[in-house]
Amino acid sequence: MANETGIGAAVKRKEDARFITGAGRYTDDIGAHGQTYAVFARSPYARARLNGLDLAAAQATEGVVAVFTGADLQADGIGDLPCGWTVHSKDGEPMVVPAHPPIAVDKVNYVGEPYAVVIGESLEAAKNGAEALEADFEELPAVVDLASAASADQIHENVPNNQTYDWELGDKAATDAAFAEAHHISTLEIVNNRLIPNAIEPRAALGEYDAASGLYTLHTTSQNPHLERLVLAAFVQIAPEARLRVISPDVGGGFGSKIFVYAEETAVIWAAGKLRRPVKWRAERSESFLADAHGRDHVTKAQLALAEDGTFLGLRVKTLANMGAYLSTFASSVPTYLYGTLMAGQYKTPAIYVEVQSLFTNTAPVDAYRGAGRPEATYVVERIVETAAREMGIDPAELRRRNFIAPSDFPYETPVALTYDTGDYEASLAKALEHADYAGFGARKAASEAAGKKRGIGFSCYIEACGLAPSQVAISLGAGVGLFEVGEVRVDVTGSVTVVTGSHSHGQSHETTFAQIISDRLGVPFENVTVLHGDTGRSDYALGTYGSRSLAVGGSALIKATDKIIAKGKKIAAHMLEAEEEKVDFADGTFTVADSNQSLTFPEVAFAAYVPANYPLEELEPGLSEKAFYDPPNFTYPAGAHICEVEIDPATGVVDITSFVAVDDFGHVVNPMIVEGQVHGGLAQGIGQALLEHGVYDETGQLVSGSYMDYTMPRADDLPSFTVDTTVTPCTHNPLGVKGCGEAGAIGSTAAVMNAVTNALGVASVPMPATPETVWRAAQSA
Amino acid sequence: MEISITVNGRSEALDVPDNALLADVLRERLGLTGTHVGCDTSQCGACVVHMDGAAVKSCTVLAGQANGAEVTTIEGIGNPDNLHPMQAAFRENHALQCGFCTPGMIMSAIDLVQKSDGLDEQGVRDGLEGNLCRCTGYHNIVKAVLAAQDDMKSA
Amino acid sequence: MYQFNYHRPATLDEAASLMAGADDGTYLSGGMTLIPTLKQRLAAPSDVIDLGGIGALSGITDNGNTISVGAMTRHAEVAASNAIPALAALAGQIGDAHVRNRGTIGGSIANSDPAADYPAAVVALDSTIHTTKRSIHGGEFFKGLFETALDEGEIITSVEFTKPTSAAYAKFPNPASRYAVVGVFVARCGDATCVGVTGAGPCAFRWSELEAELASGFSASAVPNAALDHSEFNADIHASAEFRGNLVRVMAERAIASLI
Repeated sequence: MANETGIGAAVKRKEDARFITGAGRYTDDIGAHGQTYAVFARSPYARARLNGLDLAAAQATEGVVAVFTGADLQADGIGDLPCGWTVHSKDGEPMVVPAHPPIAVDKVNYVGEPYAVVIGESLEAAKNGAEALEADFEELPAVVDLASAASADQIHENVPNNQTYDWELGDKAATDAAFAEAHHISTLEIVNNRLIPNAIEPRAALGEYDAASGLYTLHTTSQNPHLERLVLAAFVQIAPEARLRVISPDVGGGFGSKIFVYAEETAVIWAAGKLRRPVKWRAERSESFLADAHGRDHVTKAQLALAEDGTFLGLRVKTLANMGAYLSTFASSVPTYLYGTLMAGQYKTPAIYVEVQSLFTNTAPVDAYRGAGRPEATYVVERIVETAAREMGIDPAELRRRNFIAPSDFPYETPVALTYDTGDYEASLAKALEHADYAGFGARKAASEAAGKKRGIGFSCYIEACGLAPSQVAISLGAGVGLFEVGEVRVDVTGSVTVVTGSHSHGQSHETTFAQIISDRLGVPFENVTVLHGDTGRSDYALGTYGSRSLAVGGSALIKATDKIIAKGKKIAAHMLEAEEEKVDFADGTFTVADSNQSLTFPEVAFAAYVPANYPLEELEPGLSEKAFYDPPNFTYPAGAHICEVEIDPATGVVDITSFVAVDDFGHVVNPMIVEGQVHGGLAQGIGQALLEHGVYDETGQLVSGSYMDYTMPRADDLPSFTVDTTVTPCTHNPLGVKGCGEAGAIGSTAAVMNAVTNALGVASVPMPATPETVWRAAQSA
Repeated sequence: MEISITVNGRSEALDVPDNALLADVLRERLGLTGTHVGCDTSQCGACVVHMDGAAVKSCTVLAGQANGAEVTTIEGIGNPDNLHPMQAAFRENHALQCGFCTPGMIMSAIDLVQKSDGLDEQGVRDGLEGNLCRCTGYHNIVKAVLAAQDDMKSA
Repeated sequence: MYQFNYHRPATLDEAASLMAGADDGTYLSGGMTLIPTLKQRLAAPSDVIDLGGIGALSGITDNGNTISVGAMTRHAEVAASNAIPALAALAGQIGDAHVRNRGTIGGSIANSDPAADYPAAVVALDSTIHTTKRSIHGGEFFKGLFETALDEGEIITSVEFTKPTSAAYAKFPNPASRYAVVGVFVARCGDATCVGVTGAGPCAFRWSELEAELASGFSASAVPNAALDHSEFNADIHASAEFRGNLVRVMAERAIASLI
């Protein structure tokens, strides 16, 4: 339906009305009668034994309701926080998992780890109580440096060498053989810097317990309330799922950091039951820095083997991945199945071998952050391809072109376990080169040089696997959950539609996009479609939002449900019009009978379904409400070409991005305005990683970049306006032909920026982030 | 401590603790939860309101300092049926995603436009350095502010 | 925040007597540093004495050869003033718009944050800090890291700046906090040139070696000839001492170049 609100239209967002007027309802905006406040006592040490904890003064503090320790939770049968993906090592052994009690019991392993929770009548009372705790810590040497973590002190009793697994993917022998034949080998040693997610809404939770029904209700800032409920019920043992309702109201950004099940909401919902009073917690930003799961943090050595004409023969990658102190909810999967599997990139590299050792350190846990493994993979592939191009004197765009998987090669099975369904990499690169005026770069560089500046251009032709995930594939690789999605289309009596999706929007605009596809398919006015989400009390078991999956998986579930609605509507219409069902057609909101002028509107059929006067009750149930679960047969493979141009002031090391072009192939686009917005945000985070953001611990394990005074968030004046465009090869295996756009900007952009910076400076490598001092030093030595 | 403040045109006489922050008074005492708190170092700008005609971070103003002041919050500049031009421009230009930074961003942008003459893109970017957004990459925020500037100046 | 007693005196005398009567009082001007410090429970004053109610402390007066900036004058007001354009430009670069709408010159210099902007101008311009007790020359005011010549309870009432012939401020902002990693204020007063540096040391200082070089010719090419020992400069994750040394030179060159 080509109309103003259908698929493909840049419809203005439904959710904006509340957000621009201050009427959004975020977790911290919600209060409960008689609520108490939780404050977590957090370890000041990166590694210490907790030899004693004197609660008396805290308990005696005015306004303190209760003080709970890790031992209290354990005594009550509260389980550890689990990791939901079991990765196996090269030798076939499952990963080694250390105990992860929500509240530390007798040792702490990172600065900020909670070791007690104080509940007060007021926030101030709880803070006073937390300060009055007397903890007897025995500080131990901290393991901070990733590169040496395997040979450092053992952090967890059951984890030798601080290693959870030593994983491999690909054919080692074939790769070795490829290298033996190489004309040229490029080598790159790179560090993928630790990032701190920093959704602007801090995490928060409000736990309530109704003693009469035994029902727990948790409002929290989760991207996937059902997953939160599953973990709290099945692993942590708060209560059976049926007595635990998790609601994620408006959530102020997630970027992965709100996927995970954390200590704080666990303690809050448990304490609410213990105290029979509501318990509220909101992170202060300093707590977010310390205790939100961080992202990235790899040390990698990569080698690319090339033939004389630049054909890629083989790729070898060896990575150390930092897990932090414990395994967060999906931590193990990020540097493995979301990383190693992407090493083919857009190229026909025939032999690839990837090894990843994931190690513990005394730092905050590391888990998925926007892109999750795929930005790290892209950074490796696109940096080394650029390096090879320079070393071999081949234009970097040309070298990529020579190695692209061609449109005729699809479906294409990579040597690292994925089968790409479709793509046209040449098309996106060509369009990006045009937008970037690649031909004019030389003149611009000369002009910069005349002004004492250095100019560079960098490419990144990324691919990602998203639309997570085919359940059987994921489960066979170690996932502990299915990765389908549920959607429900409830046609109301008068023909308006209420949609319940298992996907969760924390900025992604589901209320608009999903309304567009339902409106388009059912011919119901856009205004008459309302999308509900984020409440385990409203929807069936669902998997939520991450991995750019909402439209490709959640949207597909809705299409399936809509198909059921249409099928049933046809039956009803056939009965009402006394026609053969096969002759009833449905388009633009009207049921028609072939070769006749008979028709019924969608609301007429809906009304008949609920007021079944003229209705085949003997054959059909009344009502018009359908639900569908959709399990994707494959991942989706968004891909694109990003080109960054920078101008560097060598005197100060300041990098100015003079242009950034992103041409992405997301398949079909439902709302181009929203897609562009997703790309913009991703680009900002990818550029932030390249130039600004760095989670830094000192050698004792103190977080040095623990506030906005030291952690450089991208601000409006750090970024350019972006040039964003798309190409389209529709996904072949989902009903909308869509691929997902949420992470692409963050996946593709970082390598483009660093390629541009190194190109400008004429150096092989610059540490990331390329801060002014880093760039200044590189400029000195160039 | 007794304070009286005018919030969104309404006089309020309140008894608040001496150490109360304006942001907490707005959110917890007056139920104006459109003003958000996103950090503790006066950097993120989610809490920006207008106080006596200037954009301020309400998390860094003591309630006592606001005694006698006129305060305008996001709830006081327009409603869905009668949006402020800046609110309308944010919607038209998709200048928000999760919405959390949006109230502060809009309040800052209004003050910026009101106190500037003919802002260009760089002027908007510089003027919004005190407001963090993690979703939009600022691209559409800048577009929205430039669009609203035209609407506000021609109004 | 810990609990404290909040006061808002209308006069300086009242403020002083509140301070004298407090167990552990602190003055509050704009609050841009103090309030975040209180929020994080890094300070626990018994009494917070807000100088915001003392109207006499606000405003800018042009005295001909000098200007007087009341201690409670907000950065935004200085930024919008035109008597000393370089001072206005400096004020316009402090923090962000919201900081400039609340922060005050008196609060800024009384705090002597090593990364604050105003101190560069205070030491470079011929300035006088007027207080409730006395007048202190700008060159004598900053004593060290967060240390000034102020006595306990002494309140800055205004800062008087002599108008330079010309002046410029060049700042390299901290990418995260937007404080100065380094800021260099160059003021020409007749034949003499004064160079104030903030961000590099424990407090703002004059770069006398550069001033001497500039005396024999006002040119950016004087900068490489001026000795500068960066070995004791501040260092953090954003800039090492060595890089700060470089930035002092680059900012000085840029400030000088803008005056030619």
